[in-house]
Amino acid sequence: MRRALPREHFEKPLWHTPFHPRIAALMTHEQWYGWGGYLSPQVIRDEEMEYFAIRNAASLFDVSPMVKYRIAGPDAEAYCDRLTVRDVSKLKPGRVHYTAWCDDEGKVLDDGTLFRFSPTEFRLCCQERHLPWLLDSAIGYDVEIAEVTEDIAALSLQGPTSYAVLRDAGFAGIETLKPFDIRAFETAAGPVTVSRTGFTGDLGYELFVPPDQALALWDLLWTAGQLHRIVAIGFAALDLARLEAGFIMAGSDFVPAEHAIRADRRRSPYEIGLGWLVALDKPRHFNGKRALAAEKAKNAFRHCLVALDIDGNVPAEHALVYHRGKREVGHITAAAWSPTVKRNIALASMTRPYGDTVVNDLWVEIYALRELVYSKSLVRARIVERPFFNPKRRSATPPGVF
Amino acid sequence: MPTPSFDAIVVGGGHNGLAAAALLGKAGRRVLLLEAADAVGGAARTVDLAPGFRVPEIAHLANRLHPEVVRRLDLKRHGLAFAATNLATTSLSVDGRPLTLAGAFGERLEGDIAEAERVAWAALRGKLLRFSGVLAPFLSQVPPRLKNGGIADMMTLGKLGLGIRRLGRDDMREFLRMVLMNIADVLDEEITDDRLRAAVAFDAVLGTSLGPRSPNSLMTLFYRLAGQANGVQAATALPRGGMGAVVAALASAATASGVVIRTGAGVASILVEDDRATGVVLASGEEIRAPLVASAMNPATTLLSLVGARHLDTGLVRRLTHVRSKGTVAKLNLALDGPPPFTGLGAEGLTGRLVTAPSLQAIETAFDAAKYGRYSDEPALEITVPSATDPALAPAGQHVVSINAIYAPFRLKPDSEAGREAFEARILAVLERHAPGIGSRIVAKDFLTPADIERRHRIPGGHWHHGELSIDQMFMLRPVLGLAQYATPLAGLYLCGAGSHPGGGVSGAPALNAVSRILADGKGSSLFAAGGKSRR
Repeated sequence: MRRALPREHFEKPLWHTPFHPRIAALMTHEQWYGWGGYLSPQVIRDEEMEYFAIRNAASLFDVSPMVKYRIAGPDAEAYCDRLTVRDVSKLKPGRVHYTAWCDDEGKVLDDGTLFRFSPTEFRLCCQERHLPWLLDSAIGYDVEIAEVTEDIAALSLQGPTSYAVLRDAGFAGIETLKPFDIRAFETAAGPVTVSRTGFTGDLGYELFVPPDQALALWDLLWTAGQLHRIVAIGFAALDLARLEAGFIMAGSDFVPAEHAIRADRRRSPYEIGLGWLVALDKPRHFNGKRALAAEKAKNAFRHCLVALDIDGNVPAEHALVYHRGKREVGHITAAAWSPTVKRNIALASMTRPYGDTVVNDLWVEIYALRELVYSKSLVRARIVERPFFNPKRRSATPPGVF
Repeated sequence: MPTPSFDAIVVGGGHNGLAAAALLGKAGRRVLLLEAADAVGGAARTVDLAPGFRVPEIAHLANRLHPEVVRRLDLKRHGLAFAATNLATTSLSVDGRPLTLAGAFGERLEGDIAEAERVAWAALRGKLLRFSGVLAPFLSQVPPRLKNGGIADMMTLGKLGLGIRRLGRDDMREFLRMVLMNIADVLDEEITDDRLRAAVAFDAVLGTSLGPRSPNSLMTLFYRLAGQANGVQAATALPRGGMGAVVAALASAATASGVVIRTGAGVASILVEDDRATGVVLASGEEIRAPLVASAMNPATTLLSLVGARHLDTGLVRRLTHVRSKGTVAKLNLALDGPPPFTGLGAEGLTGRLVTAPSLQAIETAFDAAKYGRYSDEPALEITVPSATDPALAPAGQHVVSINAIYAPFRLKPDSEAGREAFEARILAVLERHAPGIGSRIVAKDFLTPADIERRHRIPGGHWHHGELSIDQMFMLRPVLGLAQYATPLAGLYLCGAGSHPGGGVSGAPALNAVSRILADGKGSSLFAAGGKSRR
């Protein structure tokens, strides 16, 4: 379904999502940004309050711009299995899994979530647009693929009280929804599809409705959420939460292969910490399998992604990583002072063997702008486990009431 | 798994399939060749047109049979002989002033033509032959790998560079200036005679989806000139017994080296297990296993239809679906009850190759129609009279005529489908103009458009070369990036047909290169080892 472009489209090139009227009403500082062609909030009122809503209450984030594809047909499972690196035959109907997909050379095109609604119907959610790739991948398969980004309005409800919000909003039986489960609920806002997924590493849900139900859903959650301190948030708060959860982002922590102009910027899943997804042993062939198998057999990975705990409290954004303070061995792709774990955390892309077998004596060179003067400091960094923050409430079923 | 009784299966019994099977047989492999039709030979067959009349069904000239194929398979011992070598080309003109390009690529011009033209032509011809000579090795060897290449790959590239450098400073500059030009611009610079311009431009575009003014149409002429017949560069020859004699010699060589040939055995799919080809399934359902499968069928057909996209990465599938392979040449074969009465042409003229195109511009105009999905109003023709050289091909005093007509686009506009008969009539009208009364002598005929060629010979688009010969589909990009080395992503599966480098024409070169690749890969691998060693 393609909306006809109004003739004045160039005057306002970013589209409004179905939730825009509600977000715009709350917006105080007009801190918007463009996400996949849509106007999205960077910050709605206060970045810190929005962040703490994720960790201490409930946060509501509009994820409608997330790119969504419907994949359906008798060969849908075989198709998804050939497209993505994980074993889709192990994904049961009513479940979601996180996955990635590669080009012929085994370089990551994108990562995302694959929803399985039934034996023959899937939804792929991701950051980048891939329709030509998805269609070309479908040659030889009895499967229909459609981009449904515009046809589905989506909200991400995340935070310790998110379960209580849904319970009070009338999502009967929500307490039995396990992490990565999908279920349809009848609500006062009409039927809503809910998955227990998110990008915060916290207890949370994603909710999907047709666009015409969007505002009713928002209002339902908003009303039920008042006692549970629901806060509408922008991307800035989410970006910090996702870093604490150790999630990577296309375009930030890796360059999608189709966007990379420089061939050496492309990464295999093994090089960005997604090696655990790659099911080389699955029976079906999948894109990039031969290249990935060869890379693995030869241990030919050139990079690795690591989580760093850095001394001090100055975020190491865009900093370089050095071995013994001299040799440049990597760079920081995301960094922040984590208010929750109270550590100076970062993700870094390293050149092997640094970060892989050589893990000691790593230093980060941080430039901090202090009243128009850069102060340079070389501080110690230690490789730590991802995620930085992984609360028990994230996976407890039934979820706790906070 | 039962022990395979063959070391290798070759899919497709065209001349490349036969050559690959014979070469593998010579190397000690036990080979099974599978051909879907009732006879081997593919587009190089000689067929019965009527009782006593035999015609080359599609390919009617030998101008690029690879000498290494002839030598290694000892084709002369297997019956290959030429009825004529170094055929002349005559550019017919309706006003009775034909111009004959005698010898290889017009070594001598015979006919009424200005002295200045002769001088200009001699210079241009020399230049084109020198330049195509530089490209010739590159046009026959395994194309080099640019990434992860070895010493041999660097040598191939190095030799090309060295060949260009050896031309000398002036020629090198001229080569680099011209290499991507179109033939019309080249001729505009040097030649004014319409008959000569038409004859040369015709050679550049025949068998391609190019007009004389299309980019790179000089490259396709280089491709043609890089061929040779009986040791003479750019020459054209007629085998004794017709083009089918090449096929017969190849089949004989194959049989002599132990190849088992099965006709009427179309392959429905290639078996894939653990990411390697392990055999084939015939249309009948019969399963035949072998550790090596070499396909002389079209690369896209082989990989997308026989193997299936499910075993391939999307990028490769995408590239295969993008291969341009839309034929432009129609074939009209005629049986005549007497000699074809060409105006101003003696009996000797009939033994050569005749081209009817009034001018280069006329070819371009003919191409314009094809560009927009219509048959040309005024087709340009390449005519041979095989029986004039080899009387055994027709009853005494009677003749067969073999005609290639351009342009007959494979992809037609919907309302042009009905144009098939009209196009045949237009070919006959052009013929009648040059040989008044020929129409009344026709006793049998066979007309094939590219669509017919596709149906009869499983050649996608009915394209002579199994994929357009243009710079983006040649060399390391033929058939597509990632398959230029004859190997495929599936271990044990190789490509050995015209869709692979260097391309089509009855050359055997793709088969020769593919087999050298197969044998090189086989070194150190017991699976491909000769004779019974592969058995456990």
